[in-house]
Amino acid sequence: MKYYARKTISFVVSLFVITAITFGALQILPGDPALLVLGTEGDPMAVEILREKLGLDDPPLTRYFKWISGVFKGDFGESIRYSTPVSVLLKNAIPVTLSLAFFSVLLAVLIAIPLGITCAVKKGSAWDSFGLIFSQLGMAMPPFWLGILLINFFAVKLGLFPPGGFVSVTTTGVGPFLSSLFLPALALSLPRAAILARMVRASILQTLDQDYIRTARSKGLPHYLVLYKHALRNASVNIFTVAGIQLTQLLAGTIVIEQVFSLPGLGQLLLNGVLQRDLPLVQGLVVVGAGLILFSNLIFDSILGVIDPRIRLD
Amino acid sequence: MAKFMERLKQINWALLIGIVLVSVVFLITFVSIFYTPYDPIDMVINNRLAKPSLTNPLGTDQYGRDVLSRVMIGGQITLLVGLSAVLLGMVVGVFLGALAGYYGGLWDEVLMRIADGLYSFPAFLLALLAVTLLGPGQNTALAAIAVANVPVFMRITRSNFLSLRETNFVEAARAMGATDFRIIAKHLLPNTLPALLVQASVSFAIAVLAEASLSFLGVGTQPPDVSWGRMLKDSQAVAGIAPWTILYPGLAIGITVLGFNLLGDGLQGK
Repeated sequence: MKYYARKTISFVVSLFVITAITFGALQILPGDPALLVLGTEGDPMAVEILREKLGLDDPPLTRYFKWISGVFKGDFGESIRYSTPVSVLLKNAIPVTLSLAFFSVLLAVLIAIPLGITCAVKKGSAWDSFGLIFSQLGMAMPPFWLGILLINFFAVKLGLFPPGGFVSVTTTGVGPFLSSLFLPALALSLPRAAILARMVRASILQTLDQDYIRTARSKGLPHYLVLYKHALRNASVNIFTVAGIQLTQLLAGTIVIEQVFSLPGLGQLLLNGVLQRDLPLVQGLVVVGAGLILFSNLIFDSILGVIDPRIRLD
Repeated sequence: MAKFMERLKQINWALLIGIVLVSVVFLITFVSIFYTPYDPIDMVINNRLAKPSLTNPLGTDQYGRDVLSRVMIGGQITLLVGLSAVLLGMVVGVFLGALAGYYGGLWDEVLMRIADGLYSFPAFLLALLAVTLLGPGQNTALAAIAVANVPVFMRITRSNFLSLRETNFVEAARAMGATDFRIIAKHLLPNTLPALLVQASVSFAIAVLAEASLSFLGVGTQPPDVSWGRMLKDSQAVAGIAPWTILYPGLAIGITVLGFNLLGDGLQGK
């Protein structure tokens, strides 16, 4: 129980620290945010009204607590550029990014685990060399470049997939929804799969060296049982740890991939917010983004505690 | 023949290929300081989207600019930003990690908590936050990549120092009256260097990808400066009719990253 309590506390503390850093950092932004929005030639009356609306006349600490207590109630303030509540923008964008992320994780795991196991079992074979080359190339390729190539080959040339855009599962059904996400998810997942496959191979090789594997073999257990029941199960701790880190990287990767495939997700919203210095929007997105990442880490850590009870004792 | 095959297996291929790729990239970038076939930002409107040919070996982009010249020169900023960012992150990280690992106690507790906080801040969010603060540009990219690297090098230095601190040769040095500075500079740092070099190589590969991604998003290197990521952004719309405008800048990024990843693997002796 202690393990889970500690992880939960560290989740809350990290989230708090991140919101504070974000808020603090944006305070030292040179210039008056109201002037940034309206321009230095803006009507003084309008500037005053906007300052009032943004609460810029309060001291920073008051504003931080006002903002954070709003966040807990789901009120992130209003976006300056879109003139829409940030929470509405978030609600539209979150499903896009999460669907993309989950689809990518699924693809990455489906590619990496069989590949990694095959490479480990047939170490030194042609399969192994192929796996090593695949993982090196996968790690080196910029995912956005891969995305552009995929669009032009599979969408524009062959017409198998839409070249971009997002269709919601509720309006068009599962088929078009999955096909609109397949190419971006593939571009996003290949580098992750490459790293994961390397890790799967290394952990399986490491466990196959252990004494209990030799014991299992010598008592005549079939090859596949040794592999799946003993080796894979023990290697899964390492694999899972790396998969957790990969998920964080993947959420970051969605920012770029959404841009390539013009998907209206969190990444595109964040990029627009950053370029237009839309402070309420950027703040809200950083909190939600960091919250998603930290929360998925928390879930990963909890599952890890179930798979390998030893780590709960540290 | 068998002997020859045995020899072949003993070669550290990762290191060898890594060194070759990295050298090629640096050599081409170095040459581009003095020579490119054409002016990389010169627009030739009646030679737009020209296919690769003898006059333009890698073709031209939608403004008639020579892709080969641009790919050659595009490495300058990426490599400079990557190298300075990793170096800066490493120097600060090693210094703070050394304080934490050597003196321990309160130093360790405070510094490592800060490192954890920084580490838990997703690097890409950090970079975009930096863009909001400092505005788009290559210096922003540099600062963000450097900051993201600090906790990485802190952890490595600290854990190495912690275990080295207890070794006999450090104890012997201390018994002979060596100062803290001498112990750190003469004994601890040289023994941590291999681990740092491996990490630097991997970090550099990540930095190149990060710079390219930021430039692709339009918040890194700004025109008229040329960078591989920016070339991809500018030519994305014409990728279908002129694939060469996309293919080569991407390959340049890939080869650089591959080279440094292999170099890191090779140094580790994999």
